[in-house]
Amino acid sequence: MLEARIPSGPIEQKWDKCRYDMKLVNPANRRKHSIIVVGAGLAGAAAAATLGRQGYHVHCFSYHDTPRRAHSIAAQGGINSAKNYRNDGDSVLRLFKDTVKGGDYRAREANVYRLAEVSSNIIDQCVSQGVPFAREYGGLLDNRSFGGVQVERTFYARGQTGQQLLLGAYQALEEQIAAGTVTMHFRSELLDIVLVKGRARGIVTRDLVTGQLDCHAADVVVLATGGYSNVFYLSTNAKASNCTAIWRAHRRGALCGNPCFTQIHPTCIPLSSGFQSKLTLMSESLRNDGRVWVPKKEHDTRSPNDIPEDERDYYLENRYPSFGNLVPRDVASRNAKEVCDEGRGVGPHGQGVYLDFADAIHRLGLQTVREKYGNLFEIYERITGDDAYTVPMRIYPAPHYTMGGLWVDYHLMSTIPGLFVGGEANFSDHGANRLGASALMQGLADGYFVLPATVPDYIAANKLDPVSTSDSAFKAAKAEVKDRIDKLLGVNGKRSPDSFHKELGKIVWDDCGMARSDAGLRKALARIPELRDEFWHNLRIVGTGEELNQSLEKANRISDFLELAELMCIDALQRTESCGGHFRVESQTPDGEAKRDDANFAYTAAWEWKGLDQSPAIHKEPLTFEYVPLSQRSYK
Amino acid sequence: MTFTLKVWRQHSADEPGRFVSYQVKNVTPDMSFLEMLDALNEDLISRQEPPVAFEHDCREGICGSCGFLINGVAHGGQRGTTVCQLAMRFFKNGDALTLEPWRARAFPVIRDLIVNRSAFDRIIQAGGFISAPTGTAPAANAILVPKEDADTAFDAAACIGCGACVAACPNASAMLFTSAKITHLNSLPQGQPQRDQRTLSMVAEMRNELFGSCTNHGECEAVCPKRIPLEFIGKMNRDLMRAAWHWHREPLVIPSLVQLPSAEDSHEQFHEEVRIHEEDQAHVEAESPEPAATRR
Ligand SMILES: Cc1cc2nc3c(=O)[nH]c(=O)nc-3n(C[C@H](O)[C@H](O)[C@H](O)COP(=O)(O)OP(=O)(O)OC[C@H]3O[C@@H](n4cnc5c(N)ncnc54)[C@H](O)[C@@H]3O)c2cc1C
Ligand code: SF4
Ligand code: FES
Repeated sequence: MLEARIPSGPIEQKWDKCRYDMKLVNPANRRKHSIIVVGAGLAGAAAAATLGRQGYHVHCFSYHDTPRRAHSIAAQGGINSAKNYRNDGDSVLRLFKDTVKGGDYRAREANVYRLAEVSSNIIDQCVSQGVPFAREYGGLLDNRSFGGVQVERTFYARGQTGQQLLLGAYQALEEQIAAGTVTMHFRSELLDIVLVKGRARGIVTRDLVTGQLDCHAADVVVLATGGYSNVFYLSTNAKASNCTAIWRAHRRGALCGNPCFTQIHPTCIPLSSGFQSKLTLMSESLRNDGRVWVPKKEHDTRSPNDIPEDERDYYLENRYPSFGNLVPRDVASRNAKEVCDEGRGVGPHGQGVYLDFADAIHRLGLQTVREKYGNLFEIYERITGDDAYTVPMRIYPAPHYTMGGLWVDYHLMSTIPGLFVGGEANFSDHGANRLGASALMQGLADGYFVLPATVPDYIAANKLDPVSTSDSAFKAAKAEVKDRIDKLLGVNGKRSPDSFHKELGKIVWDDCGMARSDAGLRKALARIPELRDEFWHNLRIVGTGEELNQSLEKANRISDFLELAELMCIDALQRTESCGGHFRVESQTPDGEAKRDDANFAYTAAWEWKGLDQSPAIHKEPLTFEYVPLSQRSYK
Repeated sequence: MTFTLKVWRQHSADEPGRFVSYQVKNVTPDMSFLEMLDALNEDLISRQEPPVAFEHDCREGICGSCGFLINGVAHGGQRGTTVCQLAMRFFKNGDALTLEPWRARAFPVIRDLIVNRSAFDRIIQAGGFISAPTGTAPAANAILVPKEDADTAFDAAACIGCGACVAACPNASAMLFTSAKITHLNSLPQGQPQRDQRTLSMVAEMRNELFGSCTNHGECEAVCPKRIPLEFIGKMNRDLMRAAWHWHREPLVIPSLVQLPSAEDSHEQFHEEVRIHEEDQAHVEAESPEPAATRR
């Protein structure tokens, strides 16, 4: 069932070989083929613009009012590329190796190599679109370093890299919309995928303004619908980010890869009140100059500036002398949790550690620090009311990114023929932990370079009969969607959608968050179906389905989170090893690091949906490491 | 803290709207403005009333989704801040706050505080891009970009497309938004080949979309959450002259110099409506919002 279609030959020739073997579509025939792209974030907008420009007829969908609002806009820190502009030893091979290692050896080597290979083209592409990357006085592009690596390969646009990259892709997309090659469907949410003769041939959408359900047919469907960190309710993701598209595809037969691999980002502003609706990321770039510490003493309530040097524990620098504050995210987060569990956490709830800039200000001067991080300090002050130039920041880990997602082969096609998946929505490239500045790289690699090669190959290689939305499969899918909406509206219970979401989030955070145990996961697995049951019996949505109804939108998304959360726990339970962001308390090294079990778990778990009250079936894609030999990660 | 909110409720584009008053209790100073609205909505749901529709997503001031007028001021009056970044500690316990959607002919109301800002996308479609089909790009460092130019481009590209500038402008002009994109792209060497065409087309589209003209009030700059400076409008006008000259076109109407009649009523005549439909609530002071134009 899992045919990864990895090209044969040496790793550095695989992508070339793959492209050489591909079938092509004659330019004159391209406009006869239609492609649906769902999502207009980095991956979706880049793919839609590129495929449109190639001459295909593209229909692009987004629940936002304009592509520029996609969650990608919020990325701060930067994007990696193996340009080696610093001449500090970087290369495609090193970026490849860092990413495989950073992902704790749970990613497919061939995909990661391709990512590193095209990373250089991405920067070229973005610069020529007018993305205003940071520059040096001589006019050359500037770089900085990011967690988990020892070279400076991160390109950035102040603290708004995602915004600038997305605007680049958005503008390219708008150009194609104006040219008529792409039709944009905004405020339009995918609610189901339609299969005809076993192939993905269309989607069912709901118009978020009128509530109208529509069917759309095409030759290929591409999902670029982002990640599912909002399963935790509180995360750094945009509020609307959700799993509906990938989950409905999963229910239609697309396998879900490593759903329990989620990333908890170490530098976020700690939770302050029960009403809090989201957590705010403080870019990881802060760890370049900020020093992380907690008091040596437990429950030390002194103000940080009153704690003398010798009573502070710079725990990352002490435990990991060679990487110091720049250890990968999973390591930094786990250590923060540990010191807080020991009672050494700081701030009102003891859920925080200090990120201190006093030394950096002393070394570089206030002006330089302000130039580098000014906007982040401003965000921090706005939210907490504290001035981080004089008092250390308080930070705590928060859900941020999901490495898991729909399983895809080397061509980024899911197990449903004709259903491609790009960006954060797929499971590829990052294994069990994503390195900083690599998601933007992957989203754009998929969107600009991989999908525009593999999707046409699929079109050329398969004889696709014309289908129309009057096909019975479309009618049936639409009826199912309508049923589900009517059911949600008809519950007429007492609890708001948000109240369920918060409760679910707490379950997943407590037992499938930074530390996972057999007992905890079993508890969650008992609790989630109960909550789901209550949801379907006690939900209250005010209003109807034939109007703009934000409660209905939420409830619909939560209904999917309630199913996905269970699969995450099932996946976490079967993987009794620790790896990357997946930390099973039963599997640690003597000094408390994640202990992998390569003999038994060097595989990708791809889950097959079997029905709501049925156990899902696991399929395993074995992972082999020919170029980056398996070894225990060490950042010491 | 307790607040009295007077919120614009409008079921859909074709139905008239009105203000409705609500009390929100138990607000804490570290709640954000939108979290306060979340609390209101939870309360409304518990009373079987339709929650207030408002747009939001990132809740950290970068996606440009959120935005409405608070007591007549777009984004609430904290400099360089979007509505989602406002913390309740900026308000006084007991404050009465009037919330209403952006008011501009080019931004029709969809529901409650949500408006349709697609006109901005169409301005971008007219030329707010650099044509660089995937695969054609030269090596990134092949063209040097002076740091000053890169910085100017960045300052302009920081615009989040929220529409506050339009809402604040007495003429509902979109010049700050349009000039930001033109400045971003026209400042870069990569943007030069399409510079004139871009400027001419985007300005033309801006006018087609029923936005008004600039008469130098400066309200836009005052409310812009990304502090886009007024000087970019000047840059845009210079580029427009340049383009008109290069292209030997009829001297174009320079929007900042000439006020066209269509601009005068670009804001909807909503204050009248407000008075007619306002729900009387004895304990709430029914104060009509301060018209945006009187603020400086
Ligand atoms: C605060 C923050 C900072 C980050 N910083 C960095 C960084 O510095 N470097 C880095 O590399 N990565 C960073 N990341 C991660 C990175 O931003 C994301 O992984 C990446 O942008 C995801 O892009 P995407 O195109 O896959 O999805 P998204 O940008 O999430 O786009 C999803 C799109 O799909 C649409 N959509 C979703 N579901 C549906 C549906 N059912 N129907 C219709 N449309 C739908 C949405 O409207 C949207 O257009 C950061 C993430 C966060 C949260
Ligand atoms: S110029 Fe400022 S106010 Fe206008 S849309 Fe851009 S960010 Fe918003
Ligand atoms: S919600 Fe994104 S800018 Fe306010």
